[in-house]
Amino acid sequence: MAGLTHASPSVETAVAPAAKKRRFSPGRDAVRRFLRHRMAAVSIVVLALLALAIVVGPWIWRVPINEIDFTARLAPPSWDHPFGTDDLGQDLLARMIYGGRISLAVGFAAMAVGLFVGVVIGAVAGNSKGPVDAALMWLTDLFLSLPQLPLLLLVIYLFRDLLKGLVGPEGGTFVLIVLVIGGFRWMPVARLVRAQFLSLREKEFVEAARALGASNFRLVTRHILPNALGPVIVAGTIDVAAAIIAESTLSFLGLGFPPDIPTWGRLLFDAKDYLDIAPHWALFAGGAIFLTVIAINFIGDGLRDALDPRKVM
Amino acid sequence: MGNYLLRRLIVAVPSLLGISLILFVLLALAPGDPFGELASNPNIPPEVREALRIKFGMDDPIMVRYFRWLVAMIHGDWGFSFASRVNVDTLILQRIPATLYVVGTAQLLALIVAIPVGVLAARRPYSIFDQIANTFAFIGFSLPTFFTGLLLILVFSVNLGWLPFVYRADIPATGWMWWWENFKQAVMPVTVLGLYQAASYTRYVRSAVLDVIKLDYVTTARSKGLDESKVIVKHVVRNALIPVVTLVALQMPTVFGGAIVTEQIFRIPGIGSLLISAILANDTPVIMAVTFVFACLVVLFNLIADILYGWLDPRISFR
Amino acid sequence: MNERDLRNQIADVKAGRLSRREFVQRMIAVGLTAPMAGTMLAHSGVAFAADSMEYKPTKAGAGGPLKLLFWQAPTLLNPHFANGTKDQEASRLFYEPLAGWDADGNLVPILAAEIPSKENGLLAADGMSVTWKLKQGVKWHDGKPFTADDVIFNWEYSVNPDTAAVSVGSYRGIKAIDKIDDYTVKLNFKQPTPFWADPFVAAYGLIIPKHLFADYIGAKSREAPANLKPVGTGPYVYVDFKPGDSIAAKRNPDYHQANRPYFDSVEVKGGGDAVSAARAVLQTGEYDYAYNLQVEDEILTKLEAGGQGKAQLTVTGHIEYIALNVTDPWTEVDGERASVKTKHPFFTDPAVRKAINLLIDRASVQKFIYGRAGVATANFLNNPERFRSPNNKFEFSIEKANLILEEAGWKKNSSGVREKDGKPIKLVFQTSINAPRQKNQAIIKQAFQKAGIEVELKSVVASVFFSSDPANPDTYPHFYCDMEMYQTTMPQADPQFFMNQFTSWEVASKENKWQGRNISRWQNKDYDETYKQASSELDPVKRAALFVKLNDLVVQDNYILPEINRRNCIGLKNGMVANKSGWDNDLWQIANWYRET
Repeated sequence: MAGLTHASPSVETAVAPAAKKRRFSPGRDAVRRFLRHRMAAVSIVVLALLALAIVVGPWIWRVPINEIDFTARLAPPSWDHPFGTDDLGQDLLARMIYGGRISLAVGFAAMAVGLFVGVVIGAVAGNSKGPVDAALMWLTDLFLSLPQLPLLLLVIYLFRDLLKGLVGPEGGTFVLIVLVIGGFRWMPVARLVRAQFLSLREKEFVEAARALGASNFRLVTRHILPNALGPVIVAGTIDVAAAIIAESTLSFLGLGFPPDIPTWGRLLFDAKDYLDIAPHWALFAGGAIFLTVIAINFIGDGLRDALDPRKVM
Repeated sequence: MGNYLLRRLIVAVPSLLGISLILFVLLALAPGDPFGELASNPNIPPEVREALRIKFGMDDPIMVRYFRWLVAMIHGDWGFSFASRVNVDTLILQRIPATLYVVGTAQLLALIVAIPVGVLAARRPYSIFDQIANTFAFIGFSLPTFFTGLLLILVFSVNLGWLPFVYRADIPATGWMWWWENFKQAVMPVTVLGLYQAASYTRYVRSAVLDVIKLDYVTTARSKGLDESKVIVKHVVRNALIPVVTLVALQMPTVFGGAIVTEQIFRIPGIGSLLISAILANDTPVIMAVTFVFACLVVLFNLIADILYGWLDPRISFR
Repeated sequence: MNERDLRNQIADVKAGRLSRREFVQRMIAVGLTAPMAGTMLAHSGVAFAADSMEYKPTKAGAGGPLKLLFWQAPTLLNPHFANGTKDQEASRLFYEPLAGWDADGNLVPILAAEIPSKENGLLAADGMSVTWKLKQGVKWHDGKPFTADDVIFNWEYSVNPDTAAVSVGSYRGIKAIDKIDDYTVKLNFKQPTPFWADPFVAAYGLIIPKHLFADYIGAKSREAPANLKPVGTGPYVYVDFKPGDSIAAKRNPDYHQANRPYFDSVEVKGGGDAVSAARAVLQTGEYDYAYNLQVEDEILTKLEAGGQGKAQLTVTGHIEYIALNVTDPWTEVDGERASVKTKHPFFTDPAVRKAINLLIDRASVQKFIYGRAGVATANFLNNPERFRSPNNKFEFSIEKANLILEEAGWKKNSSGVREKDGKPIKLVFQTSINAPRQKNQAIIKQAFQKAGIEVELKSVVASVFFSSDPANPDTYPHFYCDMEMYQTTMPQADPQFFMNQFTSWEVASKENKWQGRNISRWQNKDYDETYKQASSELDPVKRAALFVKLNDLVVQDNYILPEINRRNCIGLKNGMVANKSGWDNDLWQIANWYRET
């Protein structure tokens, strides 16, 4: 209950004396808590390294992503190809680096879209009564029951050329993919947030704040929402992985990036039939997704601990 | 309460009608038609496709088709599949047993694994048990089912030869052998699906329990000298259940809807594989029927969840 | 190759200097079909080879269950409604045609007592009629006799426009069928028909019983109970059918061929994907047969190492093409892109087309993508005087392509893309989504880049790409891009339907809702004339020569770039003996399948 109990003295005194000099602030307190979560701190470093590798990689590893070499097909890792090659002899390290940019960008952006829409709809629905709640839940139910594949095909058909014209082919595809993935993943978040709201808004501390004359907006943003974030963070961390994988399905439908552009999900998908012939192909793509997911989840854990001041370390 | 339930059920009718209209329009607008294979075959003249379009009523305006569908549906006529020309309800009924068996078991398995593991993990966060549970969960949802399914097939069917990987609805055996064969063929799909689901459930349960376990009333309960297991079950879990109920309610319709990827990998004749082949063949009546039943279940379980919230936390008032 | 070459070769076959099989292979190499080669030989007095079906079991039954795996699940069992090969194959368990085509282009009688020919007087010299004698003593599964009435009924059923049967293409050329007696029918054609062995033959010729379908002709066709519970003359009797999932059948004890079939029951399982279907037959041996294994050869070879089964390939007429757009897909005229009123900005220059043809690395595509399942072919025919091995008939050379483009005035600009009059060559290349095709695209793109041609790859989901939806610009007949790649199937034993896809009246356009079959919009007066001539030419040899000419006309203009001649690949468990043919269904001789012990 961050809104009410943030000035817990017992926690404050446990900190080193140097911290006493500074004025107490819940924000700084959260940062400190976060950094004390060792795995979370390590994960931040890992994620930063991954991002760095992806951004700087192409300048260091200058092998093109689509150099076909029939003499080195399905080659296991070697000095020439540290991650091995695929069935056309294309260098997997170069493809992993290139694909990582797209996968990570799509993963985070789609997660952000999904969370944002989900939290807003869930919060509005959970905070209002009657018709607004009913209408928003109807929308959620509708989205949950839409068959994704035909809808995706319809979306490509209707919007691809439009977006291509607006933001260029690469950018257009990116925006479309992020919106489509995010647009299909907000419903659980909305339901979870609404459920938390229904329960939280009847709690004593909210009553108290309301009695003190807090505005509805303040009530929601300062008192209820921070306490409803637990499931949101979990949903967010799961969504990153889901979005990276969903992107591979999309490119398989022709909605994704052009077929010659590698992404992690797509590499994993292409590799699956060669699992017993060339396991290295799937290994690095699967490993990269796993590493990202683990890092994001630990960061998520760190975040929730940081936002929960009752947590004593 | 009864009044509330009645009101919600009455509201559900127009909301389902709205959903059905949107679904219908969407499917009608979606690109493609069921005659792809006929179109690329030089032996079949275009007139045949034209005749079929008329026969299947595909050239009428969308609203006309929608009302025709609606009226037929009210009379219990679900239409017929373009691909097999069989009545849609027959097709769906054929697929329900396998779906309930495999997907239902998997969901059950997921809950049975996730709730205790999540609670135990949250009780001692960052203990060895928590770390192991988390790592498994991360592996669970970072690997897609198309991948884990294949991995299991390679290990248990190809290398060890223990389990079959082609699911059969018509096992020729009888008696105990029939049960045994059915069990064997369901092991891999249920595991793949159940663990994928359990992975995210575990994380949600753990998070929900962490949210309440440090609250004052739990400490109070403990300090009263209550038995630890009683504290967990009565005070912690019950209050942590709201997100869990939400999630389960979200997942229940899929017990009917099936699991497209897993069913495809193991050739399970479930609703999911019916839906995907209908979608790939643009077999609109089948897609419409399956998604509409699915929508009904979504609405129903949302309602059930809302009622459960009130039971779990009596302060949530019914409006 | 002209008519004289053909005649010489037929003479060689007659004199025994050339084997029948070799002749058939040469005809396939020039773009004809095996059945057509067989018809040519038959017409010239080389009779269809006798039934060479190998069959060792000495009694019917005792073979246990036969387990067939179809990764595309059969959805209906009425052959007149078959959505695709999967449905035809499944129908073949229960229904039979009068005759079928074997791998060497022999017409093999099934429900017919003998094959019509000029020698036995059943084939009219003017091509206006053919007489079929039916096998006597054949019974439907319900015990009723199979007679001429059933045969006539199938024609009536199929041509009724309200039935909307997919088989109508084979039957609509018939004017009337005379019932000579209970076991003899005479088919009278509307016009001289050189390829008479189409109705009642092979995949589209399966015969359904009149007594069960007579009440369900036309608009009521969907309601026939026998649509789902087939009653045929075939070697297996219906037990159970779950559309999209499985079929169960048991041995027909009254089957009309002695000692057949060998297996006691058949179980068909459908669904899943091709790779795991191959696995179930080749690697684990759970199943006896797997249908249409469109799987990379590399994976197949690896799975075969499991030692349970082998992939088997048969020659077909399916060809993987790349089509260049004759029209301009980026300019809209009267609400239509790629309108025949426009000209393509680059491809009008023959040098560009020639260079592009040189940039397709067919040998590598064959070797590294299709393997055994496809043979590279560039020109059906390069050298009219002699036949060469198909591998020598095309060339891949980036240098030559560069040279040709350079000479034609396409110079590289600062970003390495060739341009002329300020127009850089940038192309969009689309195909359907299918793993081998995407790899193929990648190989082509790389070669194009090395020659200074920029390519954007596009892939469209197959259910949209191959649909006939007039509103969707992504379908292959719309061809709203510069190049596209797909496979044209030749499900037909006769190339006439196949070759009409390059006639000018078949050009796909807004006017015909893109139902026209000429996708590249290529037009040629000579071609049109030759095509008309071929459709009415009765002498099969002359007709074959005309088709060879048609092939040349198309291919030598470099708008249509044939790439791979596909093989049909099936998986068979070790010990299974199955007579295969690329000109008929896999299961065309299911009655003769057996297992060696």
